[in-house]
Order: sequence, then structure tokens, then C-alpha cells
Amino acid sequence: MKEQLISLLEEAKKNLNEIISMDEAEALRVKFLGKKGEITEILRSMKDLAPEDRKTMGQIANDTKAEIERLINERKEVLKAAEKRARLEAETIDVTEPAVEAKLGASHLVSKTIDEITEIFMNMGFSVAEGPEVETVYYNFDALNAGPNHPSRDMTDTFYIDDKTILRTQTSPIQVRTLLKEPLPIRIIAPGRVFRCDTPDATHSPMFHQLEGLVVDEGITMADLKGTLDIFAKKMFGPSTKTKFRPHHFPFTEPSAEMDVTCFKCGGKGCRICKGSGWIEILGCGMVHPNVLKVGNVDTEKYTGFAFGMGLERVAMLKHEIDDLRYLYENDVRFIEQFK
Amino acid sequence: MLVPVSWLKEYTNVNTDVQEFVDRMVISGSNLEVIEYWGEGIEGVVIGKIVSIEKHPHADKLSVCMIDVGRGEPVQIVTGASNIFEGAFVPVCLDGSHIPGPLHGQPKTEEGVTIHDGELRGVMSHGMLCSFTELGFPDKAAPMASKDGIWILEGEWTPGADLVEALQLKDAVVDFEITPNRPDCLSMLGMAREASATFGEELRYPETQCRKVSPELSSDYIKVDIKRPDLCKRYCCRVIKDIKIEQSPWWLQRRLILSGQRPINNIVDITNYVMLEYGQPMHAFDIRTIAGNHIIVDTASEGEKFTTLDGTERILSDTMLTIRDEEGASAIAGVMGGLDSEIRPDTNMVLVESANFLGDSIRRTSKDLKLRTESSGRFEKGIDPNLAKDACDRFCYLVELLGAGTVLTGDVDVYPNVEEPVVTKIRVSRLNKVMGINISGEQMCKYLNALEIKTEMDGDIIVCTAPTVRQDLSIEEDYVEEVARMYGYDKLPVSIPKSSNTARFLGLQGERLLAKNVLKALGMDEVQTYSFVSPKALDKVLVPVDSYRRQQVKILNPLGDETSVMRTMLLPNIMDVLYTNYSRSNENVKIFELGNTFFDNHKMDDGALPEEKDILCMAAYGDGENFFVMKGRVEELLRDFGIKDFEFRTQKEDPSYHPGRCADIYAGDKYIGTIGQVHPDVCENYGVECEVYAAELEFKDICAMADHELIFKPLPKFPAMTRDFAMVVKEAVKVGDLEKEIKASAGPLLESVKLFDVYRGVPILPGEKSVAFTLAYRAADRTLTENEVNDINTKVLMNLKDKYNAVLREM
Repeated sequence: MKEQLISLLEEAKKNLNEIISMDEAEALRVKFLGKKGEITEILRSMKDLAPEDRKTMGQIANDTKAEIERLINERKEVLKAAEKRARLEAETIDVTEPAVEAKLGASHLVSKTIDEITEIFMNMGFSVAEGPEVETVYYNFDALNAGPNHPSRDMTDTFYIDDKTILRTQTSPIQVRTLLKEPLPIRIIAPGRVFRCDTPDATHSPMFHQLEGLVVDEGITMADLKGTLDIFAKKMFGPSTKTKFRPHHFPFTEPSAEMDVTCFKCGGKGCRICKGSGWIEILGCGMVHPNVLKVGNVDTEKYTGFAFGMGLERVAMLKHEIDDLRYLYENDVRFIEQFK
Repeated sequence: MLVPVSWLKEYTNVNTDVQEFVDRMVISGSNLEVIEYWGEGIEGVVIGKIVSIEKHPHADKLSVCMIDVGRGEPVQIVTGASNIFEGAFVPVCLDGSHIPGPLHGQPKTEEGVTIHDGELRGVMSHGMLCSFTELGFPDKAAPMASKDGIWILEGEWTPGADLVEALQLKDAVVDFEITPNRPDCLSMLGMAREASATFGEELRYPETQCRKVSPELSSDYIKVDIKRPDLCKRYCCRVIKDIKIEQSPWWLQRRLILSGQRPINNIVDITNYVMLEYGQPMHAFDIRTIAGNHIIVDTASEGEKFTTLDGTERILSDTMLTIRDEEGASAIAGVMGGLDSEIRPDTNMVLVESANFLGDSIRRTSKDLKLRTESSGRFEKGIDPNLAKDACDRFCYLVELLGAGTVLTGDVDVYPNVEEPVVTKIRVSRLNKVMGINISGEQMCKYLNALEIKTEMDGDIIVCTAPTVRQDLSIEEDYVEEVARMYGYDKLPVSIPKSSNTARFLGLQGERLLAKNVLKALGMDEVQTYSFVSPKALDKVLVPVDSYRRQQVKILNPLGDETSVMRTMLLPNIMDVLYTNYSRSNENVKIFELGNTFFDNHKMDDGALPEEKDILCMAAYGDGENFFVMKGRVEELLRDFGIKDFEFRTQKEDPSYHPGRCADIYAGDKYIGTIGQVHPDVCENYGVECEVYAAELEFKDICAMADHELIFKPLPKFPAMTRDFAMVVKEAVKVGDLEKEIKASAGPLLESVKLFDVYRGVPILPGEKSVAFTLAYRAADRTLTENEVNDINTKVLMNLKDKYNAVLREM
């Protein structure tokens, strides 16, 4: 019997070396250790042995059983790891195959520009105002100190609905509407659509966008105007941007200025974008004309203010080196999606 | 305003180089358009004198010239020009010389043209005679006599002399942008005034006193009546006799050319010269043509015919101011002279007019006649009437200087209301406060005096008297600008406003941002389209003729029919955009626009504006797009606006949409939009040959209903119990109605109901369908029992059977 047990152990070892799957390992366990397994058979036959032999043989038989069990389990662990490896290997994919598209939509470039500028000014305490796109002649011209013969009133320049109503030619009427509606001090920007009788070409569009700004409070100075717009320029076009204020003329500001920024392409050295000058004209601005403040029922002795306005298409086109304004209103998604 | 720097130096010193001059002028308020450097790219071109001209032996249109170029023997040059004559001085390009070009009839090139000896039809040509434009100069300034041929140089020149040096062609011409408030700067003197103030240099006025005048009086020859003093502020004129019409000397021609004016003859040139110098338009009449020697400034009679000196017959109206004699019009005041009173080669006696007409009147006349001239443009912008006499005298001085005639004594000057200077009191403290600086009143006076503004200081007050040329100075703020620009905007300090404001959205900007972010996250691209559309746009999307969308706001003066009415909906624009993308083979296009629509509310007569309504329109075509995908986007958007009780109601009557695939969207009882497959006929109208799904939402109304308050609901602690069942119902029974019934019957323990299958076909009878739902039940405070859930579920099924004849299927 002892020889029998030894040979079973040897047989089990041999069998275990030959098998390659978990199923085979299980079959071996049944063969040796199952209810009708060979070791089980031997243990069952112990009862026929003499009592003194039974103890010795029992010990040997149990040891053998334990050893086979251990060997099977050991082999199972190895096989299990191998099978997992094989499965993972089989699951290999070509990671260079294309992705399943997960795509965010894109803002229209004008919206994106408005959002960028709005964030900059809101961080400086500016609220965001709006006004009607179909506007009265009064708010668009009269209230903004544009004389009755101001050429921009011509039907060759302005779209008329009737003799008192037009499509606003600028976002500036929002200045007056805000002065009449909001309590002082005022600090607002107002982006929006404006309309002028220009046939579409590379630099003109009958509809475009402006962004207006207005600050009215006691003690507002030209220095405040310069400082505020200088911060805007640095945040919008980069921290090394410099600004230059040149005297200019607008009916609704006095004094008036235009602000140039150092070219964001060449940094001021001169290039194609800035036409060699190193500077790019970005916006018009000035101290609010007392006639405008008066229309807004503001005490011009006590309060002063500054205002500014810029063409958003122009800013966006310069910043992104777009050479034709018509792309913006053609709405080809291949264009739109370039400005996520 | 073109400013030749060499000419400007006659009135003030310019001691810097051109670039620095311009930079400082820009900072003081004269903005730069461009600097043109004249005479660049001309090398080796000499002055030649034509010795002889012979016909080319083999070509009718060519001549063979012998030209003295100062090399002893004349050189032979072949030319095709016909305006040359023996003894004329001309520019000669000898072998190897270089000019900017373009050569006659050829395109302009960057690098210019190098001229070489060559043979023309068998005759040797040692170079080329060249025209004004071939030297790179603008055609509009080409001297009249040289306009379509070789440039015939005025005066006597040394043959062989370098052309650029002899004619002083090298010069910088600065084009300044003049803003509408500064018409005084549309003159050399105006710019000189700015330059002298900017650089602290003296301003020198031109000579206006004739040395020797005829004892005859101008007033012996002319009488002036202003019938419309409201339209003519001043009429000043003088008479000159013994006129000799000839070419102007080169120095004068040169200044005109650099300023963009074509030299014509001495008298016309002097009128232009004085106009450029003072900004005062001048006009010269042949005095023979003035009937009764009587100038009458009056409006034309309605329908009067008048031929202007450009040879065009024009019909005048009774609003147009004219210069008349006792028989009729001689000129349209301030716009253009008449053909009949034009200066001719045999003109012997001239009346020179230096008048001041009202800008608004000139603007209207010029607009009505569609005739804009240098003169009308200047009057429109406004001219100081006090200039008229100086300009008139300057004209006479130049006539004498050029020997073009003999000036008569005195003038006839009708000036009923003399324009007085405007006096403004300004406060030193206020100016400093607005600028954010602290400079002395004396310093301010210095700046203002440099601009010829007279000042008197009295403590904090400065009494300022502006020269009458400066029509833009009337209030304290105007002087803030004068002082600030002389101080230098660049030197003003930098600060930020001290007040503290809290930033917020005063309109729907925050909501718009939210909607855009949601739709972008859903993969949709934002578009922007014109607010105005074609009146046919509504027809293209099949909007009925009686729809409220036909209440369009119309533009009186549109660019064209395509942009002539304000939009009342966004779908047509969105379809246009889809077509653009479809026609360019862009696949899977998902877009939206958030923008205004405009409705004529018939209140505009009362001064009310049209109603403006924000609309959100989205649309998509391509893989995976269907009604329910679009519906999912709408639902997500509504949920993000905190709108919960929305529903989709079948809509079969909206002609823009597929009758079987369209729904109106309601929140409670309020209509908030429409969703559907765009009607195939609409797609066909736009040339989009695929299914398009769209939704139009009343954004303003949605914002009004939005609820952005988010209150925490505890996560469930107890398990949910689910029940699945399938029922057979008639086709006409709507899933939405079944869901509503399920929710109503199940009560508060029902957590969710989800449709998971709709099946048609065997064994279901035709006209019926099987719909399958999963219901989840849950209580917040306990685990539900089987019996509890079964009871509710049974009730649900019974109610569905009663109401919709829904028959439970075996699962």
C-alpha cells in the first residue's frame, strides 16, 4: 500500500506537469481526491488493515493526500495566471485606430471674443448692459451729440425703418439708456450687433458687432480711462502689450482718443499685420461729452466719466489673423470649429 | 490731407527728420494715414531738350527724335508720343537708367523698370522719353499738357541735368487723417499751425500785399448782391486785368502735384494753390461773361438748366444756391463753375471769388446733383468766413508774382454779419481734475497761445478767445482736449477708477451663456447670421400668409432685396447655413443660433420700437440624427434652466415641419417652442437633400420661467423595486399619454417610468403596437414590500386597461 501511495504521488506529479488548463487540473483533482478518487479509495480501504498498520499507513496516506492537494492547488495558481495573461493578450487592440468622436461644439468667434472681453471687464467690476438693435434716431444720434447734419445720419450710411427709427449704427445708444436707467456710479460694458450700409467685402459687413464701455462717477479722470484700458489690453493681448493714446474726435466724447496696442504678432517691431508700424488701432475712447451726460440727467459738475468702443470683428480678425470678414458670417463649421 | 513737408517748411520750421515729425504730430492730434516718399526708384533719368523730330521710316505712329542730353552729340530716341515738339524739355531715360514704372500699357511691378538701348522697327533708340506716370507719379496730378504723353517740363533746364535733383522731386508727403471737427486742418496753414504748436516754432503767414496795383478799382467793374444771406455768409471778390494765360512755373506746379492737384494753367493753378494754402475754395470767372457786371448770390429757379464746366447739363432746384448775373446762373455756389464763364486762353479780365457758403446748403446741393468737388467737400465741413479776404488778396499777390495779370485796387466784400471769435471761460482746477494731473494756469496758457488761442488769466479762470478758424472750441471740455494733447496724452498718468461696482448681468447675458455652454457641450456649433433677411425667406420655410411671423419690420433703404426685412424667425437663416455646409460636403453638422427677432407691433407711429424677441434655433443633419436625438437636446437644455413640467404635444399643422414628426413644446400651459423634422419641401427649397431636424425655442420666455435654485435631495437609502411589463395598444395611443397615466395611477411611490421597447409585427395585429415599460418604486424611509408594489402595479395596469384598452402581454 505504501508503494501504491508513493506511485500515486509520482503519477500525480507527472500528470500535473503535463496538463495546461484549469479544466484538466480539476479533472486531476477528481481523479485523485474526488469521492471516487484513487486516494479516497485507498483511504476507504484502510479499514481492512490491522490496527497497528492502520495508524502508520493512515498517516502516510493523509500526508500523500495533502501533498497531492497542495500540488494541484499550486499548479492551478500557475495555470490561472497563465490563462488571465492569455485572455488579456487576446483582448489586445490597435490603439492607433481612430477614437470614437467626443466633440464639444464651438462658440462663434464673435461670441467667443465677446465672452473673453466680458470676463476681463467683469473682473474689473463692469456690469453687462444691452439695448435694442432697432433703435430710435434720438438715442443713436441726437442724444449722442451728433448734429442734425452729421454725415453718418445719411441714408447712404444708416439703415432706416422710418424717419425716427433705424438699425443702430453703434452700441453707444446703450450709454444713454443706461444713464437714464441705472443709478450712479455706473460701470458697464455693452456688446451687441450694429448695422451700417456697407456692402460685404473683406473688411466690411452691413452687420457687425461693437463693444461699448461706460464709467460715470465722481472724480473720473483721463488717467482712469488710460489705466482701465491699459489693463484690458494687457489681459486681452498679453502682459507685455503696450498702449498708445492718440487724440481723436467723436461727437459723444471730449476729449477723445484712439488707443493703439503694440502689434500682437510682432510685438512692435513691425510686420504685415501692423503694416510695419508696430502698432494696431484697437478702440476709440474719451471723456463722456457733457451734452451726453446732460441727456442722461447727470450733474456734469459733480460727475465725469469715460467711454470707449471697439469693433469686435476687427479685434478678432487681427488677433487670429483672419484676412476676410465674410468668413465670419458664412458659418462654415470648418471655420467655426477652428476657434474652440 | 496731403502735406508736402518741403512746402510746410515755408510756414514753420521743421527741424526733425520726417518720421519723428510725424510721430510727434500724431501724439499732438494729427493722425497719420501714410507717408509717401516721392522720387524714390528714379535713377539715371536726365533732362533732355528735343532738337529735332522726324517721322519713323517704317512706322506711322513712331517718331525719331534727336535729344540734347548735355553730351555734345544729341542722342537718338524713338518715341510713340504725339505731344512733343522741338525745343521741349523732357525726362530722358538713357541706357541703364531706372524708373518705378509702370511703362505705358503694362502692369505695375514692385521692382520697377530698367531701360536699355534697343531697336524699334529697325531704328536704334538710345533710351526712352518718359511720361509722368512712368516715373511712378499719380495720373490725377499729371500736368494737363502732359496728361496723355511725354512729360513736357515747364521752364528752361540744363540738358543732361539729373531730373530728380533739378526738379527737386525727392520729398516726403505726409497724408494726415483730418477728423470732422478740424476742417481748419484741411489747409497748409492749418497744419502749419498744428506743427508750430507741437514743436514750439514760429508760424509764418504768407505774403498777401501786392506791390503794384492798377489805380482802377475792382468796384468799378463789379457790383455784388447777396439775396440769400442765410446761405451765403460772405462774398469777397477782386478784379484782375491783362490776364496772360500760360503754364505755371515749376515751383508752383510741383507743390500742386505733390498735393495731388493737376496743374492746368496759371490762373486755375493759383486758385487751387490758395485753396490748399488757406483751405478757402476760390473761383475765377471771365468777367466778359457776367452780364451787367453784377454778381447776384441767389437760389436757382426750379427746373433751371445749367451747364457746369465739366460739360454736363444739370437741372437745378430752388433750394440750390447759385452765383448769377443779370441774365442767369454763372456758377453753382461752392460746387462748380459754369462752362460759359470758364477761363479761356483769350480771357483778358478775371473776377476772383473768395466766398463763404453755408455748409448744409452746399451738402444738399452736392448730394442732389450727385456732384462732389474739392470745393463742395470743404464748404460742407465748414470754413471760417474771416479767411475770405486774406485768401482773395493772396490770390492777387500770386497773380502779380507770376506776372499773370494786373491787379485792380480794392475789393468788393459783402460780409453782413462778421463772425466774432468765441470766448470761453475755463477753470485751471477743473482741467487738472479731469486730466488727473496738476499743471499751472501759466503752463496751460502757453499751450493754448501756441495754438493762437488768446488767453487772459484771472485766478483759477482763464478766459480763452479762439481764432475763428477753430470752430470746434466752445466749451471747457474742448479746452481740456487742447491742453491734454499739447501736454501729451502719453504723459498723462495711469490709474483706475476708485469707486467699487459689483459686476452683474443687466439683461439675459448670463442665461445666454448658460444655453450656449449646454449646447456646446452637446456638440453643437454656434453660428451668427444677419438680422435682416429676404422677404422671400418666410415663403421658403412655408410660413402661412396670415402668420404673425409676417409682421416684418421693413428697411427703407436696404442694400438689396436679400437683406430688406428684419427676421421674425431664425429657421430660414439656419437653413441657409445648413445649405452652405451641405453644399461643401461638411458631414454631421449640428448648429445653433441665439439671436433677436423683430416684430412690427404697429405701435411705431407712437415712437415705440418694434418688439425684439430672443430666439434659440438649433438644427442638425447627419449620422444618428433623428427626432428623439433633437428632443434629448431640448430636454437637457430645459432641465438646465430648471424647467421640469415640459411636454411635447403632437403638432400636425406646422407647415415648416414634417406633419408626422413635429411637436409643440409646452412648459405648463405656455408654448415655448417647436421641434421636428424640417419638412422635406423646405429642405428641397434650400437644396439640402437629407433629413434635417430642428427646434425653435422662445428663449426669452424660457428665461422668464427659468428656476436656477438647486436644492439638495437626499440620495436614496433604501432599495428600489422594479416592475417590467409590456402592453398591446392601438397605434393611435401615445406613449406620452400612457406615461402620464402611469404616473397619475402609481402615485408618490413611483420613482421613474422608462419606455424600453416599442414593437410592431407578428404576433401583434396590424394597427396595434406593443409598448414595454420599466417602473421603479421606492420609498424614502423604508424598503417596500412585494405586496405593496404589486398592489400599486395592479392598479396601474387596470387604469391603463380602462382608459387605453391596454392589454397586458405575457413577458
